[in-house]
Amino acid sequence: MTDSPVITAQPQAAGKHSRHPVWVRLTHWVITLSFFALLYSGVEILMVHPRLYWGDAGNDLTPALFELPISRNYHHQGWEKAQPFFSSASSPVSASRTYEIFNQNGWGRSLHFLSGWVLVLTGLWYLLSGIFTGRFNQRLLPERKEFNPRLWTTDFIRHFHKVPLVQEERYGVLQKYTYLAVIFLLFPIVIMTGFTMSPAITAAYPFLLTLFGGPQSARTIHFFVALLLVLFLVAHVVMVARSGFKMQMRSMTTGK
Amino acid sequence: MKKKHLITRRNAIMTGLTTFGGIWLTGCIKKAPPTYGNILRMGDALTYTAQRTLLPAQSLVKEYRHSDISAFPATGTTNPGDPNRRGDYETPYSDAYEKLHSGSFTAWRLSVEGSLTRPTTYALADLKAFAPRSQITRHTCEEGWTAIAEWTGVPLHTLLHESGLSNNARYVNFYAYDGYMESIDLLDALHPQTILAYGMNGQALPVAHGAPVRLRVETQIGYKSVKYLQRIVVTDEFVDNGDTGWSWYTGI
Repeated sequence: MTDSPVITAQPQAAGKHSRHPVWVRLTHWVITLSFFALLYSGVEILMVHPRLYWGDAGNDLTPALFELPISRNYHHQGWEKAQPFFSSASSPVSASRTYEIFNQNGWGRSLHFLSGWVLVLTGLWYLLSGIFTGRFNQRLLPERKEFNPRLWTTDFIRHFHKVPLVQEERYGVLQKYTYLAVIFLLFPIVIMTGFTMSPAITAAYPFLLTLFGGPQSARTIHFFVALLLVLFLVAHVVMVARSGFKMQMRSMTTGK
Repeated sequence: MKKKHLITRRNAIMTGLTTFGGIWLTGCIKKAPPTYGNILRMGDALTYTAQRTLLPAQSLVKEYRHSDISAFPATGTTNPGDPNRRGDYETPYSDAYEKLHSGSFTAWRLSVEGSLTRPTTYALADLKAFAPRSQITRHTCEEGWTAIAEWTGVPLHTLLHESGLSNNARYVNFYAYDGYMESIDLLDALHPQTILAYGMNGQALPVAHGAPVRLRVETQIGYKSVKYLQRIVVTDEFVDNGDTGWSWYTGI
């Protein structure tokens, strides 16, 4: 079965689990920690203004794409009477906020950007190492026969079988595509949409505003991609647990 | 036998070097925003250094069309002269501002002082006498919302050069009637789109948005754009107001 591209649902062959090189283990855990810090601070930032929009402008006085049912703390006095800027009937308005919302963004934002730095720099280290050691080529690049939708379906269904999964030197089809999507799609998008919310970065690189259709669209995409990354994290941990939690944790920490 | 000198050449050189080093070092420390040993402020400092190193500092922000102008929430202090809010912690009341407001700001004066050869005090009419700049730009609030408005005013670089900006100047500090204070570095201060705005969407700047004059720093997050300007002080060194818990540089 060694030439099979699919992880076999057979009892584990002794000593056949993957051995990760030290740079993989180190970057894996630094990225995990920074991801948790980003998630924690990201939720805090979202709680201050849990409305999402599309385009360049979006605020409490404009319609939202949708509003998340999470805290913005006390709402009591709301907004003063809106004043139109222009004489036309459809004029945009201004209104004064008569309360100060509970806002923890001082540390929230700084923690988000600090952990962003850690994630981006470690991510670059991982990316360059993966390319130059040939590990991406060896492990992640799907083989010719793995460009096969039937194989994807059978591999997908196989993940719901009750038999224990076995992690071998070779990754499964679904596993390869998922890792590729996370590394080369989700993380680059979540980082670039983050940049698109920055006034200084978008001044220097205005193509970001065009690419994502404005900072508010970027914010909405940032939110959904972060959600997908959390989903990946959950699925990843479930798969680790199902294929032998102790062995997997050992191989990702001590490498044994 | 050689005479023993009280001050040898070696001593003189060493004393000179260490004294110079001491002055230079302390000067150096004061010239950068402090991190207070706080890891979050260190991250902010990294972002500041990285953006100043990697981004061309005088890139212009996107300017929008008139039809892009959006609704605009007024947050933070929305009237420092509101007598109903006397003693309100969140929005400090200013007696001076209430008087200026009731007099339609004819008595309002903006003092531009500090590291300048010609410190000057400007009335609103003086500011309007300069060639105005109008720009339709996006305001980005740290809370997550954005709003687009047209701002009309005098570029800050015009005022600074008019007042004889010193060659040693590094920071520009802004003091407001609601007790708020912010500072920006000279790169942002001399940015072509950094203006002192007296007009918003073709009208006089409303009180809720910082009348009579507010700062617009388009390359940073909204809280750097100080409303209700009272005084501008140019300094050679960073004016430290302690750790507010908020990032000093917010280009991100």
